[in-house]
Amino acid sequence: MNFQEYVAKPLLSAAGITVPKSQLATTPGQAAEAAKNIGGVVIKAQVPVGKRGKAGGIQLADTPDQARIHSNNIIGMEISGLIVEKVLVEAKSDIAFEYYAAILNDPTSKSPMLMFSTEGGMDIEEITENTPEKLRKHAIDIRLGLQLADTIKLLGGLELKGANDKVANVLMKLYNAYRDNDAELLEINPLIQTTNGDIVALDCKFVMDDSAIKRHAQLSLQGTPDNLTPIEKIGEDNTIKYIELDGNVGVLANGAGLTMTTMDVIRHHGGTPANFCEIGGEAYTKGTIALKMVLEKPSVKSLVVNFCGAFARCDVMMDGLLNAWEELKPELPVFFSIAGTGDKEAIRMLKDRLGMEPFPDMDAASKAAVEAANAGVIV
Amino acid sequence: MRILRKHHRVLIHGITGKQGTFWTERMQEYGTQVIGGVNPKKAGTTHCNVPVYASAVNAMENGKGFDSSIMFIPPLGVKDAAMDAIKAGAKNICILTEHIPVQDVMYFMAAAREHGTMITGPNTAGSVTVGECFQGFMPAFNERIFKKGTVGVMSRSGSLGTLMCQNIVSAGFGQSAFIGIGGDPIIGTTTRDALEALNTFKGTEAVVMVGEIGGNMEEDAAEYAKTMNKPTFAFIAGGAAPAGKKMGHAGAIVMGNKGTYASKKKALEGAGVTILDTPSYIGDALKEVLA
Repeated sequence: MNFQEYVAKPLLSAAGITVPKSQLATTPGQAAEAAKNIGGVVIKAQVPVGKRGKAGGIQLADTPDQARIHSNNIIGMEISGLIVEKVLVEAKSDIAFEYYAAILNDPTSKSPMLMFSTEGGMDIEEITENTPEKLRKHAIDIRLGLQLADTIKLLGGLELKGANDKVANVLMKLYNAYRDNDAELLEINPLIQTTNGDIVALDCKFVMDDSAIKRHAQLSLQGTPDNLTPIEKIGEDNTIKYIELDGNVGVLANGAGLTMTTMDVIRHHGGTPANFCEIGGEAYTKGTIALKMVLEKPSVKSLVVNFCGAFARCDVMMDGLLNAWEELKPELPVFFSIAGTGDKEAIRMLKDRLGMEPFPDMDAASKAAVEAANAGVIV
Repeated sequence: MRILRKHHRVLIHGITGKQGTFWTERMQEYGTQVIGGVNPKKAGTTHCNVPVYASAVNAMENGKGFDSSIMFIPPLGVKDAAMDAIKAGAKNICILTEHIPVQDVMYFMAAAREHGTMITGPNTAGSVTVGECFQGFMPAFNERIFKKGTVGVMSRSGSLGTLMCQNIVSAGFGQSAFIGIGGDPIIGTTTRDALEALNTFKGTEAVVMVGEIGGNMEEDAAEYAKTMNKPTFAFIAGGAAPAGKKMGHAGAIVMGNKGTYASKKKALEGAGVTILDTPSYIGDALKEVLA
């Protein structure tokens, strides 16, 4: 789950990291009022994407009038397809140096990875591309937490104008915020040194581990909602993973790997998948709602049902699906491939209730579904 | 990564739950040596004909010890259960649970590294030592899917691994072992570890890798594949998936130019691995090398 700057920065502040004084505004009037309270400000578009500056979504304002004019331009602006609804009106900082600091879950070391570079302001992809030698990394033993000695060592030899200890201190606090909020990524970019020698977080990117959301019920309410289509929303509400795509062959399968593969095989045989919909794992009892979701999309011209039971029993999935089929009676060509736990019972049900036989494998079922979908398309 | 054998003594965390019970019975029927289970609330009772202990430490002290622990435990309980098994001295832990907070996973992974405990998963469907024993929720007992043979199979996905095994059997071949490693981004046994375990497992003459988009485990495994002298095949799921979306598995996501199908295919082909366009092609591919 992603969090925007205006939600993420207070988490840094709560951990003891200095952030500029700021106020959130949704109208030019509110922005002007905030500027009156704060003084010289930066107006920053609040959208959950990068490159806001390049898109014109970040503007300096010395007076409340300028704040009003700039926020009037920024609110309603489109950045990467998203309309700006809020701006953060933030006290202007006197920047002497810009650094980069982040902690993320690293699959290679299987540990939290602390990263620091003196090349702040650029995004991490640019830093790793252009100046990888300037990116310092330290894998943290999460049982012990980040140790001050290791942090100081990480910064060793870097010219931070005498602020090494202050920066080390900020990194220690960053780690606490990372742990307290179950972050998958917590990034400060840029972390600045002001002309007065203070270390201040000018921006913050926070991604919470989706598997930890249940431990942070309050905070997760402020997360950026995923940009879901209406059918995807039904999937989320029913804890069924559904992703809407632009093809015409519907997909219903169990397990992430098998469902992805069903899409691949449809494409391999010249078709285009209409969706990803999987009812594996704990969702295997949800065949009824899953079929209704897949049929909801009007462009679906045929359907592949691909079950390969391990934990998810084929007979349970099939029963759920058949219940929905008997209720809706869709006039849609459907092609089955069935194997694994509970397959014999599922095949018998299919025969008894729909009078159908499964195909010998998913390639045969997918190929037939592609042909049926293409035959149904009027060119 | 150690492949489970029938002489290994297995402890089941969460044995008394619905899934724990169902799959423990299947494992016992197939030949897995289950020596006990853990549930602090039912310690002292017997379940599935084996004693239930208060903890893994308790099982180690009061029973005749165990080698491996299998976890049928809800997400927020896994960290404590894994730490218990590590403390008890488990050599292997197999974690089936999906959606464990990643910071919890990294915590017990760090402890496991220090104690020499091998972890498989989280979010794995388990493994099968064909004709001998299995762990997790794999349909090892379904003879249309698993048959004793010489093909070693590894998979990130349980359902897709099952399908690949069925295709191998329907083509007239069988497996030596199947290893499920799990669909999470941070897991104990990696693709490379599983490949190495299969390559060195007695009776394996060909190896099949079932990967998927996301991460760089297939690229890393390709480095190892260069050193293998057995025919090796790979199917990588997710070629048709859009970028930037988690495709059901937390680990199956393409970020920018990282974790793409193209990158994995290129790395594996460069290592002499034959890429299968669909899982159904494995039968014909094996016929060419094993006959």
